[in-house]
Amino acid sequence: MWASAECAGAVTPSSSPNVDCGVQRDLSPMTTLAFALLVAGGSFCAGLLGSLTGLGGGIVVVPMLTLLFHVDLRYAIGASLVSVIATSSGAAAAYVREGFTNVRVGILLEVATTIGALVGAAIAGYTPTSLLAILFGLILLFTAIRSIRPRQEHALLTTPDNWAARLRLDSTYPTAAGRQPYSVQQVPAGFGLMFIAGILSALLGIGSGIVKVLAMDQMMRLPFKVSTTTSNFMIGVTAAASAGVYLHRGYIDPTIAFPVMLGVLCGALLGARVLGIANPRRLRQVFTGVVIVMAAEMLYKGFTGSL
Amino acid sequence: MTDPSPRVSDHAVEQVVGRLLQLGVLVAALVVFVGAVLLLVQHGGTPVAYSVFHGEPDGLRSIAGIVRGVMSMQSESIVQLGLLLLIATPIARVALTLVAFLIQRDRTYVAVTALVLALLLYGLLFGNA
Repeated sequence: MWASAECAGAVTPSSSPNVDCGVQRDLSPMTTLAFALLVAGGSFCAGLLGSLTGLGGGIVVVPMLTLLFHVDLRYAIGASLVSVIATSSGAAAAYVREGFTNVRVGILLEVATTIGALVGAAIAGYTPTSLLAILFGLILLFTAIRSIRPRQEHALLTTPDNWAARLRLDSTYPTAAGRQPYSVQQVPAGFGLMFIAGILSALLGIGSGIVKVLAMDQMMRLPFKVSTTTSNFMIGVTAAASAGVYLHRGYIDPTIAFPVMLGVLCGALLGARVLGIANPRRLRQVFTGVVIVMAAEMLYKGFTGSL
Repeated sequence: MTDPSPRVSDHAVEQVVGRLLQLGVLVAALVVFVGAVLLLVQHGGTPVAYSVFHGEPDGLRSIAGIVRGVMSMQSESIVQLGLLLLIATPIARVALTLVAFLIQRDRTYVAVTALVLALLLYGLLFGNA
């Protein structure tokens, strides 16, 4: 059946003016059962690899759904956000026990990411799909680059910062040599980058952990462990802001979201258990390879307007 | 540091919050799983068509609609309820953080946290606007 006939009656008020009606590649439909099992399997692998490599599985869910299963980008974004909330909240309990999370930094920056997420959700309906695909491809490429280059722990600064002092953001974190104090730098710049992280999270259905860590690690100069755990603290909240909006807008389909959520969650939980056994270097290479292939295909689809 | 001993209570609160998050995800996943099994039993053989966006029907995109669907044991509504619980979990975390700052009488962060909570509730309750 061709798409044009279906499309005529299907344009809801919330859908974008650029609905891509001309493209319908999936001419032999799968059954719901087959679809659910395949998507759950793929999501499980994404969650497992994401948790083992520390890169997060959320970033490959949308490309998997759109490129492999030909799911519309909006449904894919809705399902991906749900899985991001599940893994972020599931992992948070393990992190907080260690005492690394800086709650003040997290909640302050959540103002920026939440506003960003609501803005992103508001403009998502007016953003052409091809632009979203290009943006996605660039984020995937950036993720691959960051995962190839080894992260270096930077020297901790204890020079006081005006904003950090006023907002009492400076803290300590546990190290082998006892609790180490650190000072938070460049608060307004970090806040601004977090706003962008929030927009990206809503537009692309990802956790934007990579942008969040960049802001906290590189700009605000938090210790590595503090920035990763605080970023995880924030990812669930940011995703919840846009997921709430998308639920009302009809982007969250139960049949697509359930295999994604359960698959990613189980994969991430298993990943956390076998973390010591698996070889992270090799896995990282595999995951990076997958991300690069997806980036290339997303960019191609974006520039040819075929997503 | 300006407060006398904020770290200790911050940490204790985070422990509780961490447990709450785990519990929220567990309950949400169970509800989703029950709904998913029902859904596959009822509609497992139906062909899927997701390459064109139709948007969800009203019953699956408003909180009232989802609750009504759950009352009549509709599998899709049960999955959606689980997803709603999942979305509510980080929001509950922010609400608990607000309580913690209230107990610490930290006015600046009570205001900051209240703002985040208001934005989240706005998205969840009035997302259509």
